[in-house]
Amino acid sequence: MSTTVAPPPKRPNVNRIGLEVANYKGGKTTLCAGCGHNAISQRIIECFYEMGVAPWSVAKFSGIGCSSKSPAYFLNQAHGFNGVHGRAPALSTGAVLANHHMIGIVTSGDGDTASIGLGNFMHMLRRNVPMIYIIENNGVYGLTKGQFSATADLGSTLKSGAPNDLPPIDCCLMAIEMGASLVARSFSGDKDQVGKVLKAAIAHRGLSLLDIISPCTTFNDHEGSTKSYAYMKEHDLPLHELDFVPFFEDIQVEIPEGALREVELHDGSKLRLKKLDRDYDPTDKFGAMGAIHESNAKGEVLTGIIYVEAAKKTFADMLNLGDEPLATLPESRTRPPREALEQIMEELR
Amino acid sequence: MSTIEISPSPADEGIAQQQVVNDFSIQVATVNGSGSQTANLVLMRSIFQMGIPVSGKNLFPSNIQGLPTWFTIRASKHGYTARKKEIDFLVAMNTETANEDVMNLESGAAVVYDEPLKLNQLRSDLHFYPVPFDKLVAPVCPQPKLRKLVRNMIYDGVVGRLLGIDLEEIRKALFKQFGARKVKAAELNWGAVLAGAEFTDKNLRKSDPCRVERMNATAGKIIIDGNAASALGAVFAGVTVVTWYPITPSSSLVETMIDYLRRLRIDKETGKPTYAVVQAEDELAAVGMVIGAGWAGARAMTATAGPGISLMSEFVGLGYYVETPAVIVDVQRVGPSTGLPTRTQQGDMLATAVLSHGDTRHPMLIPCNPKECFSMASEAFELAEQFQTPVFIMSDLDLGMNNWMSDPFDYPTEPICRGKVLSAEDLDRLGGFARYKDVDGDGVGYRTLPGTRHPAAAYFARGSGHNERAQYSERPDDYVNNMDRLARKFETMRRFVPKPETEINERASIGVICYGTSREATLESRDQLRNEYGVETSYQRLRSYPFTPEMTEFLERHARVYVIEQNRDAQMLQLMRMELSPELIGKLRSVRYYGGLPIDARTITDEIVLQEGL
Repeated sequence: MSTTVAPPPKRPNVNRIGLEVANYKGGKTTLCAGCGHNAISQRIIECFYEMGVAPWSVAKFSGIGCSSKSPAYFLNQAHGFNGVHGRAPALSTGAVLANHHMIGIVTSGDGDTASIGLGNFMHMLRRNVPMIYIIENNGVYGLTKGQFSATADLGSTLKSGAPNDLPPIDCCLMAIEMGASLVARSFSGDKDQVGKVLKAAIAHRGLSLLDIISPCTTFNDHEGSTKSYAYMKEHDLPLHELDFVPFFEDIQVEIPEGALREVELHDGSKLRLKKLDRDYDPTDKFGAMGAIHESNAKGEVLTGIIYVEAAKKTFADMLNLGDEPLATLPESRTRPPREALEQIMEELR
Repeated sequence: MSTIEISPSPADEGIAQQQVVNDFSIQVATVNGSGSQTANLVLMRSIFQMGIPVSGKNLFPSNIQGLPTWFTIRASKHGYTARKKEIDFLVAMNTETANEDVMNLESGAAVVYDEPLKLNQLRSDLHFYPVPFDKLVAPVCPQPKLRKLVRNMIYDGVVGRLLGIDLEEIRKALFKQFGARKVKAAELNWGAVLAGAEFTDKNLRKSDPCRVERMNATAGKIIIDGNAASALGAVFAGVTVVTWYPITPSSSLVETMIDYLRRLRIDKETGKPTYAVVQAEDELAAVGMVIGAGWAGARAMTATAGPGISLMSEFVGLGYYVETPAVIVDVQRVGPSTGLPTRTQQGDMLATAVLSHGDTRHPMLIPCNPKECFSMASEAFELAEQFQTPVFIMSDLDLGMNNWMSDPFDYPTEPICRGKVLSAEDLDRLGGFARYKDVDGDGVGYRTLPGTRHPAAAYFARGSGHNERAQYSERPDDYVNNMDRLARKFETMRRFVPKPETEINERASIGVICYGTSREATLESRDQLRNEYGVETSYQRLRSYPFTPEMTEFLERHARVYVIEQNRDAQMLQLMRMELSPELIGKLRSVRYYGGLPIDARTITDEIVLQEGL
């Protein structure tokens, strides 16, 4: 005898806080088909979902340019602020000071970051503002139709064939030098690596600078470009094989002696870096800068977690901010009492 | 007239014939960085302590050490505190400028000078008092490297004796100036004051007519500069995020605020500051942080001057369109670049009113004295949060950096109001919200703060076109709707901004309109017009932009109205022209002063007399 049991109704997949991936989606992209930025938006959606971060605890920021349109394409349930050209660091710094419980995420471009906003960018790094700053780096100004940006390599060409006669600004080098506490480079086409780097950034407390090469299919994906899909496939040189173990899934693994480096991040998540052709130590500042210089000289693009200093003081620490956000402190704590004013008046008589 | 003989007889033997009591100005000419500021403030304060209305104006160069600087103290029994054009009593300490300083004096003025300068040979119509400063300082200040600083204190003793300032008041003022932690330094300086006084008693014979007499007109009053008052105002307004980039004349505003914040705003329970102060990399970042912090719910402000205002232009426009609260104090000065950065002007009024690209209008509050600097800080934060827009406080160098006699400040009576902010509970009840919808008909939408724990809390802030739901839109009708609502919001503000100070004189056919620090000179000029020309005037002082109906009523009442301001292009008058009827525009006359010094009454009077054909 057999009975037919109706299959249970299909339950949608949810993350550890009970939300579906749909809760993390954004609006429909208006960027070009094949744009690397769209892949990055997709990774942001997945990573925040998989990490179980409430979308309303995130605030998105951007400046101006194609990259800066991205925040509209992920996390619709997070507040967003599309600022002025190059000034997302200032906006996000102010917002994070007002409420340091929010997870700030900036998506910026190479024009936004390395040219018009370079001053703000450097000082944000220097302050180690606790947030995630992603450079969607394609070497060109896309929205104004394909002029060189300051990250374009010397000798690389425009679509018209015109060569770039200035050396590039390496944002990862700047970031390490100036004080960002997690610095990574990746390639939008490397889905796995971008995801792991991004999760590390979510788990990190301090400024995470992710320089993600994100080809512009319309203006900079041709033969003379060093930011094209083809170029990246040839020259991408991963520092290590990355594994990310979130704090809520502590999997014990047997680690063969010397094959793995482990970095514990602020929330208890772990980065496991498996040795490839060399033993790379991402906590060695000078080593990290040396490695970037060496690979740049060879025309390689070093990717992975280049530098991390998990326990570094953040800007919120330096300002000694209390637990309660400044934004919501009640009047009883922000307006000194009447006697305080009377005392000062007396002193001025 | 012959050179006035200075005989070594005691001062009490030669009292001058016609006495000028409590109505003169003293100018001290020194070299920047010589420590004269302390001596000048002590002199000013000692007159204040004698109950005599007093003001002090520091005229200084853009320089740390070596260039000439002048400090003018005016004592006025009438309570006039504007700069007085004529100097009655000069203390000539600066070799470089001494000759010119003396040549510029009106006949009959007095000059205390460093004896080796031999200034008495320049003119024969002045009262000269030579003082051998170097000889006097050596015995009272054994350390040679301190002598340059202590030397200046000697003239406090000399001037004190010549004018009849109670030495005990000088002592009191001096010890107050140095404070409890610098008693030793105060004692050293007090020795110099005494040396000056003693020398005067033994060697100088009073021949000029100026002297002080005790009054009771300063009881209960305080002495403070406008920047310190603005700083205190912000601290008591509950400011939580302060950003700045150093620029004269606004730097001391934030520096003073940091001192007060450390003292008053460390939470007793947690021991943590209830504020964050960031010295930004430039003014663009400073205002960007303020807009970001305001968007996220902080009471955020920055302070700057004209060049900073220019740099903030783009971001302020974004703040206007995104509709974020922000408070920006503009301590106006002459500019741009190296233009006269240490001189005063009301030079940013027009540019600030419409700062940024596209159609923008920004509310401005215009304090005229330290008391208003204090109260307008609270008013600015309230307006910024009520109307979700950047609000400017238009101070200036004269107000910000000079010491003013002031009534004590009133503790804020209104509770802090954060404006239309929806909480998670509100969203539960409402089900959602449209960020830019004019629900209440006042042009102001409801906002949520990032971090609000609710799936419907988020909205996307952007400068580009958006509809009521904050969605991206390039539709002409959405854009026009939004622009019209922003205009409506600005109209609503007219009912909430500070109203002008008005005094209607029923017999007057002409009126004067001024704003900010032009107040004191304007009031004095009205007295001059009445006393010297028999001309009565009505008076109005604007305290805000947008204008309120009181201004239109004032213009309607009078045949001609003189708009007095400290800039070349009649900036406020231009703003008035933008919205007044042709008939009212026809009544406007302009009185302008833009030499970089605080405006004086005589300049106003002369101009009105000229234009009235009196």
